[in-house]
Amino acid sequence: MTRAIAAAAFAAAAVWVAAAPVRAETVRIEVKALAFSPVQVTAHVGDTLEWVNADFVAHTATAKNNEFDVSLSAGKSGRAVLKKPGKVDYFCRFHPNMAGQVTVEEARH
Amino acid sequence: MGVLKLSAALAALVLTAGVAMAQGAKPNDAQIAHIAYTAGNIDIAAAQQALKKSKNKEVRAFAQDMVRDHKAVNEKALALVKKLKVTPEDNPTSQSLKKDADAKLAQYAKLSGPAFDKSYAENEVGYHKTVNGALQSTLIPSAQNPELKSLLETGLKIFQGHQQHAEQVASALK
Repeated sequence: MTRAIAAAAFAAAAVWVAAAPVRAETVRIEVKALAFSPVQVTAHVGDTLEWVNADFVAHTATAKNNEFDVSLSAGKSGRAVLKKPGKVDYFCRFHPNMAGQVTVEEARH
Repeated sequence: MGVLKLSAALAALVLTAGVAMAQGAKPNDAQIAHIAYTAGNIDIAAAQQALKKSKNKEVRAFAQDMVRDHKAVNEKALALVKKLKVTPEDNPTSQSLKKDADAKLAQYAKLSGPAFDKSYAENEVGYHKTVNGALQSTLIPSAQNPELKSLLETGLKIFQGHQQHAEQVASALK
């Protein structure tokens, strides 16, 4: 009986461990007319940033701290998963007049 | 925009290209389309020369960006003039831009290695500055058709990005 309860508790704990930390979201950023919109976003560790390029020229979303370097072909989108907290400035390597910023907060629990 | 300011802006463009144009002339949409298309083709030709001659990684990457972007803009421009049933019209500004560019291509053909890279990068800074200035002060304000105006405005933002990128490449070569 005791063993059965322990096993059940263990199984419940395993399910909890597997399910609990995953509360990641996708934050969408539009790339249009040579601008990131919104230009500033806040996200959490584990979240995905998704840039949707509506322009007819290719862009990149390149982090100044090398955290990500995402290619965005004309009319396509690209993604990066955020791995550590902090403020990240990014720009387009092809058009450095395009700049954006993401504030990455600790993972949601 | 006043006629005087317009003429001054046009004169500045033409002066850079080395040819005088009638004072007070305001380009029409067919001429503007021709100037914009010609300016794009000139930069593609310069980039293709760089891709043939340069071994510098940054210079080559920049040149590839120029070919890709200016082709994309010119394709848009061609599609638009077709839609609007406008035939691009050759004009003294286009002609002088072309003449000046041909002279530059011949001049740079004699250079190689870092001397070529430096000349190409510096010329790209100056060229984009000139074209962006002309777009801002003359071509965009003169454009009558809203779709043409809008494409020129997007083009200006793209080329301002190129100018900054060229400045980075040029300063890294110093």
